[in-house]
Amino acid sequence: MENAKKFGMVIDLDKCTGCGACMVACMAENNIPFRADNTDKMLSISWMHVYKLNNRKLFPDYEECYLPRPCQHCEGHGGHSPCVSVCPATATDYDMDTGIVSQIYPRCFGCRYCMAACPYHVRQFNWWDPLWPDGMEKMLNPSVSVRMRGVVEKCSFCIQRYQQAKDRAYMEGRREIAEDEYQTACTQACPAGAIVFGDLNNPEHAVHQLAQPDPARHGHSKNPRAFRLLERLGTNTKIYYLSSREWVRKAGDNYLEGEFKSKAHS
Amino acid sequence: MKVDRRSFLSFILGGAAGTALSPLPWKLTDDFSIWSQNWPWTPVPQKGEISYVNSACTLCPGGCGISVKKVDERVIKIEGLKGHPVNDGGLCILGLAGAQLLYGATRIQTPIKKVNGRWQKLSWKEAITELAARLKELRAKGSAHTVACVAGSDRGTVPELFSRFLAVYGSPNFFRTPSIWDSYELALYLTQGTRSMAGFDIENADFILSFGSGLIEGWGSPGYMFRAKGLLRKNGGRMDQIESRLSKTAAKSDHWIAINPGTEGALALGLAYVIIKEGLYNQNFIDQYTTGFSDRKKRVIDGFPPEIVSKMTGISTGTIVALAKDFARARKPLAICGQGQGHLPGNLQEFLAVHTLNALVGNINQPGGVWAVPEPDYIDWPELEMDGVASEGLQQTRIDGAGSYRYPNARYLLHRLPQVVNASDESPVQVLFVVDANPVYSLQDTASVKKAFEKIPFVVSFSSYMNETTALADLVLPNHVFLERYEDVPVAYGFPKPIIGLARPAIEPLYNTRYVGDVVIQLAKELGHAIGAAFPWADYATCLEETLSDNWDTLVEEGYVVDAEFNGTDLADAFETDSAKFEFNNNEIRTLAGYNPVKAEGDEASYPLLLVPYDTMRLASGYVGSPPFLVKALEDTILTGSQVLVEVNPATAKQLGLSEGKTANLTTPKGAARVKVHLSNGIMPGVVAIPRGLGHTAYDKFLAGKGVNYNQLSSPVEDPASGHDAAWGIRAKLSRA
Repeated sequence: MENAKKFGMVIDLDKCTGCGACMVACMAENNIPFRADNTDKMLSISWMHVYKLNNRKLFPDYEECYLPRPCQHCEGHGGHSPCVSVCPATATDYDMDTGIVSQIYPRCFGCRYCMAACPYHVRQFNWWDPLWPDGMEKMLNPSVSVRMRGVVEKCSFCIQRYQQAKDRAYMEGRREIAEDEYQTACTQACPAGAIVFGDLNNPEHAVHQLAQPDPARHGHSKNPRAFRLLERLGTNTKIYYLSSREWVRKAGDNYLEGEFKSKAHS
Repeated sequence: MKVDRRSFLSFILGGAAGTALSPLPWKLTDDFSIWSQNWPWTPVPQKGEISYVNSACTLCPGGCGISVKKVDERVIKIEGLKGHPVNDGGLCILGLAGAQLLYGATRIQTPIKKVNGRWQKLSWKEAITELAARLKELRAKGSAHTVACVAGSDRGTVPELFSRFLAVYGSPNFFRTPSIWDSYELALYLTQGTRSMAGFDIENADFILSFGSGLIEGWGSPGYMFRAKGLLRKNGGRMDQIESRLSKTAAKSDHWIAINPGTEGALALGLAYVIIKEGLYNQNFIDQYTTGFSDRKKRVIDGFPPEIVSKMTGISTGTIVALAKDFARARKPLAICGQGQGHLPGNLQEFLAVHTLNALVGNINQPGGVWAVPEPDYIDWPELEMDGVASEGLQQTRIDGAGSYRYPNARYLLHRLPQVVNASDESPVQVLFVVDANPVYSLQDTASVKKAFEKIPFVVSFSSYMNETTALADLVLPNHVFLERYEDVPVAYGFPKPIIGLARPAIEPLYNTRYVGDVVIQLAKELGHAIGAAFPWADYATCLEETLSDNWDTLVEEGYVVDAEFNGTDLADAFETDSAKFEFNNNEIRTLAGYNPVKAEGDEASYPLLLVPYDTMRLASGYVGSPPFLVKALEDTILTGSQVLVEVNPATAKQLGLSEGKTANLTTPKGAARVKVHLSNGIMPGVVAIPRGLGHTAYDKFLAGKGVNYNQLSSPVEDPASGHDAAWGIRAKLSRA
């Protein structure tokens, strides 16, 4: 498609401090509910989740790395994201204009096929009615609908911000929005500046320059510091991670011991 | 028609098949789910006009700029303020969740007092009259000095109003809650002669050597430190972290050097030994701007050769020598200290040792170095007119002994207050004000602090929330929360430039709360005479505007005033010591007890392990309790259900017969708790680490009753050099439950 955008993100794991600001910025922006006990992370909804990786070594050679994980917005091959392909309700869709995998809550009937299909655990199910303590419903963001019990939800790349930016541009007689007009809540909040967001198709955007996607290899990065999660599944994700540590880049592919010789990640 | 078995079954089966083939059950299921999804308690956010209010965050002394997003008169989100000199758009996790503190369930909505153990509402007029009557009575009895105040800070208009009130009323007992800044201020004062704040030009340094400071875990101004650490990296700078546990700061450093906890000062002295012995120090700086170098040299060379330091710290001599050389040879090396977020003042000699390292490499008041940032001086109120009672009260020694013969250098020793109160027959504090502080939760040895607070006859809390201290109070005069009030922000801890911020109300107060400043002014006027006369302002708003007069317009417009040109005072004028130089040694330093690692309380035989607290950005451990979003974002390796996980090295766990996720009993000389075990190779064998900020007994179901408060298991240890609380951990035992 001509002029199609492909929004994506580059997360520099050398910069990420694992502070969790992105998670909370996302919760506040996207009306994510919370419960008295959120410690079972399989049941707790968080569109953005910071994982802790380690190099599997013993003290004192042990190292850690923090990895923030939003929805990877897989393009697959020609828009065949793992979740989109399995949804019987057409409640999730790959938008060829933006590259965003959407989630349409009123269409979702809660079969959770998409959760099973997603290799990244980005999709979460509303097991309970979303309830806020008395008075706290005042801080709900009217640009994002509250999800009801029984539906699946996930990161939307803060699409409401894209719509607002487009509306604003339209009002001002423009057809294109600038890079800084549309930024996700997590990108904006990151105090370490680890997250960069923009249009991967636009060579002037920082994400494009950092990710250096190779169209001939389904977006595989030409940057030797970059990797994508579980890249070998062919999900063709739009979140690129940067790390100067080899073990981190390998961990992104959830490798088995001895699986890689020297050919991979060169 | 005859109904036989056959026709009955045909009817049932046929009916079932027919219904199943019709759309009816599917339509009903769908309708039912839609109906149930629209039950009225699922809220629908109301639309409205979107607006932003630029303000300053006052949840910690970080001084970050915030942009508060509103929809009509509702606050929906807090974002970092772009272009702000401290945080430039970034914001910490607590600031981002700040709106939950505005709408939180444990807010106190009106003045209340405790009558026979139950809370009773009263009007502001009644509350102030009642408190004034009590204060009048005490003053008439000649007990003015038994009124005390615990505040989160001693800078800015609100703390200054309190200390002014106490002074003119006749009490010297104003307390600031303890932190590493007590030690930093003292180290700067002793060596440089200035009453100033330590600022760190991290972004322009090229080698940060951190002795356990949680640079990206809330040490200093989090907003600035996150940004500065990123810039350090971008500029190709290196950072080494010395700590017994792989904190997030250690994980994000170039090298993590594990050290026996509590011996950081010894390492600093050992590094100084190598730097001096090898002649790697900045000769020019030492010659021109310092005195007492030879004394210092002798002390270091005699006492801290690498072999001895290696034994104390557990770090090999090779590492010590290499580290010292790398540090001294860097272009802009900067050493920093103060454990974690800096909740405890620590060992003064350790701070002096680390500060001395910066002096040896000549990186004081230099780009990329440690700067003595002048105290804010905008508070210039009329001289106090003291009456006889006030003068007499101020002659009394402070309850904590700070400034006395025994503790000549300390200004505030809040950790001694519970000890003194508990040791007296009658409480030496009759009325205690608590403002912007939660000492019952945040001071060590919770049991003893609680006992003391129960013994103090009248505790007045100005908290907006029902926290642990407020629960033990007798009168609560709730302040507006930070999004509802004006307040000056006089400092951003650790930020290298002088800056004043202004917090502004984003919305009208939700409840019947009142500015603390207004309460002090009204209370003074109620007491009348000299006390009333000391507060010439009609209200706090007038006081604030007049005080900030020169800067008021800029503050209202921009939200901050910064001295951007400040680059550290010129070395020729920087030192206000007798010699006008940096003093490695002088009469005051000579009288201090020498460096010795502070020992953890408890005997090694019964308590073979060391328990150390650690800080995480995902838990607020200051006077603000964590809002629900923070607890939600907490890792499941820290909290599971309502049980906290402690970190243990797998080798240690194996010896104790413990494995991942097992419940264990954690015992210290001060208390016991049930915890779960989390195995981690990121911690030294023999050390157990527990997060700070859990174990609240107050607040709502999103925070209360989760985990254990470390302070309940620990107790203060007095620093022989300063009198401050220098405890960094406590001996402990971990056994299978």
